[in-house]
Amino acid sequence: MANVPEDLHYSKDHEWVRVEGDQAIIGITDYAQNSLGDVVYVELPKTGDEFAANESFGSVESVKAVSEVFTPVAGAVVNINESLADEPEKVNSDPYGEGWMIRVRMANPGEVDSLLTAAEYEDFTKAESE
Amino acid sequence: MLEAIGLKSAEQLFDSIPQQLRLQRPLNTPAALSEIELLDKFEQLGRRNTAAQRTSFLGAGAYSHYIPTIVDHIISRSEFFTAYTPYQPEISQGTLQTIFEFQTLVCQLTGMEVANASMYDGSTALAEAVLMAERITRRFKVIASAAVHPQYLEVVQTYVQHAGIDLELANFDQKTGQAGAALVEAVDDQTAALVVQSPNFFGCVEDLKAVADAAHAKGALLIVAITEAMSLGLLKSPGACGADIVVAEGQSFGVSLSFGGPYVGLFATRDKYARQIPGRLVGEAYDKKGRRGFVLTLATREQHIRREKATSNICTNEGLIALAATVYLEAMGRRGVQEAAQQCLQKAAYAAKRIAGLKGFSLPFTAPFFNEFVVRGPLGSVELLSRLAKEKEIEGGIALSRFMSDRDKDFLVCVTETNTREQIDSLVSALNEL
Repeated sequence: MANVPEDLHYSKDHEWVRVEGDQAIIGITDYAQNSLGDVVYVELPKTGDEFAANESFGSVESVKAVSEVFTPVAGAVVNINESLADEPEKVNSDPYGEGWMIRVRMANPGEVDSLLTAAEYEDFTKAESE
Repeated sequence: MLEAIGLKSAEQLFDSIPQQLRLQRPLNTPAALSEIELLDKFEQLGRRNTAAQRTSFLGAGAYSHYIPTIVDHIISRSEFFTAYTPYQPEISQGTLQTIFEFQTLVCQLTGMEVANASMYDGSTALAEAVLMAERITRRFKVIASAAVHPQYLEVVQTYVQHAGIDLELANFDQKTGQAGAALVEAVDDQTAALVVQSPNFFGCVEDLKAVADAAHAKGALLIVAITEAMSLGLLKSPGACGADIVVAEGQSFGVSLSFGGPYVGLFATRDKYARQIPGRLVGEAYDKKGRRGFVLTLATREQHIRREKATSNICTNEGLIALAATVYLEAMGRRGVQEAAQQCLQKAAYAAKRIAGLKGFSLPFTAPFFNEFVVRGPLGSVELLSRLAKEKEIEGGIALSRFMSDRDKDFLVCVTETNTREQIDSLVSALNEL
């Protein structure tokens, strides 16, 4: 069973969002990393890049495929997880911790309320895998 | 066949095309010939190509070098005789091994860390390098030396015109013939890459290290283009000078001139940019039992997998021509290539010295050169070269006025290891007599 922490917000594209003040940390879910398989490369944006909600901010390459990753909330990138360049496997081993991808300053912090809760995301993935 | 598919005539196959758009008559082509007649016709046509019989000093992007007979022998083998990487590549381990060897040789020659399985030719390789620099730096201005081959610049412009990339030119120094200093001057922090050719279109060797340092100081990349790959046998490698991407035309390595193609583009870069490379890439791998094998690798960059997000729309290579280059380089070996390059250099130096000593002739550029140099003659070079061809049976060079309207007395002379001293001496005396 995929791990879905209670305190995060989720998108239907399988990203998670952790809110810290007006900033949001974004990564991909345990369910997503499990579906992708071993991640071999993560392409991330540059600090300062701005994204609209649901815009592609990079890609995750696994041994099976390359998938776009999307920002569930609009904002400017304030930090990226540079360690993924050398250790992309962190996305598999610790998707909600060391496998985080970007930190953005949210343009519209209220946006997170429209995302899925942990329970809703769990139902969504169940429906998707059935 | 028509009966089997229920039609009366072949014309009916085209019924879906409206009548008014159809030709309504047979094509205006000659009647079919027998094999004997056809061979005779082509022999007659071939004999009309008198230029091919003349002593030639033509270069400017396509070079006459000796091709050892083993090259044609190996590439004609049925196991190899295909234009592309096969669609189920791993089953063709021999093909992948030759591509891996090709990539290894390209890295050794250019001084770079990773090379792809080849591009269509030098000019398209350069265009892809420019697009790659934009992807890496996310900047949209590229400054190229005006002494890059004019046809290469046209190809680059064709590629970038709809990609939002601004291609600017840095002029060459009228005295030295080099554009390096102008590139150093022009680079700014909006620049994605500097593009320099060395030896450049005029044959002049550029100071790559200085251009690389200037580019890197502004966060830009240095793209080095080479039309005469034989120069790599002698000159310090672009990699050792700090280049980020090196592209070259590989025709000099065992590929016949063939009226301009097919040729083979070399493309090499640094390991850290491997995921931004266009085209195919063969990697070395080991199976369960530890046996060495070869696989296509990093294919997720490619169009057949990533569609519009691919690094390029090339997802093939010049398989057969890359094989010819590989066989050439392996037959010649390190010392063979150095020897051929050395002969090019010395024969060109001899020719330049003799021509410069003629009354009315001079060398307008002062920079060191490899096997090509510009000569300024006493009259229009188009007239001079055409008289040389007609009266003396010598193709003496290429008129620069074809590319640059203000250089009507200048022409580009190329000398390779295939030119004998007698040929060079006859060029010199012919120029003297005209």
